[in-house]
Amino acid sequence: MSSYVLIESRDPFEGRGFGQRCDLAAALVVHGATVTLFLLENGVLAGRGTAQAHELEKLARHGVTLLADEFALRERGITAGELAGHVKPASLDALVEELGAGAVVLWN
Amino acid sequence: MPTKSLTFLLMDAPYEQTRTATAFRLMDAAVRMGFTIRVFAYEGAVSLPVTQQKPHPNALHGRNVDEEAHPVPHVWVRSLMQRAVEREKPLDWVNCGLCVDERGATEVVSGVRRGSPADFWKMVTGTDNALVIPTR
Repeated sequence: MSSYVLIESRDPFEGRGFGQRCDLAAALVVHGATVTLFLLENGVLAGRGTAQAHELEKLARHGVTLLADEFALRERGITAGELAGHVKPASLDALVEELGAGAVVLWN
Repeated sequence: MPTKSLTFLLMDAPYEQTRTATAFRLMDAAVRMGFTIRVFAYEGAVSLPVTQQKPHPNALHGRNVDEEAHPVPHVWVRSLMQRAVEREKPLDWVNCGLCVDERGATEVVSGVRRGSPADFWKMVTGTDNALVIPTR
């Protein structure tokens, strides 16, 4: 089974690209891939429970794993308790493990 | 089981983007986790290992050089390479030669070598996985 990691490093509210890449993640799952969306840098803003990032709810329902860089969260004063329930804090080790396992990793 | 290797392509110049710090965090994690690391620096990233970079004080905030602790990317490069050597998995860092010439980025950390995009192709074909960290 193909495995993909889509990295979102940008503020999700500054353009339409975030939604388009979420569509890509959903399409990959429909075609049988395992997909992780890893939120980095300003991308973690999408993971807050108060954010209107409905794309992530949709991806969670599709079975996409949603991770947020714990360092980027700390930098922005976002606690784990403030994350949406479907988003989990993670270290960069998780990303390195995916790379080591051969996942296709796309940085946005 | 042979050591796994990862290749990273960097493009951002120092002191420009958060991506640079994130890239070094990723590479540091990979070295710590036992991977052999290869780096191809393209465009502005060839200036990351330039040794003329200097930390500076911050007069506005009344901090001296030590208190300011200004980040110096060439120190990050050297530290990463040293850590990799300590783990007996030397890090191969290649700076794009044309990019170096354009920027005059010739005085770099020992061990950084000059190459071409063909070296990136060789890295990718000889590695377990690759990550391109693009400029925006």
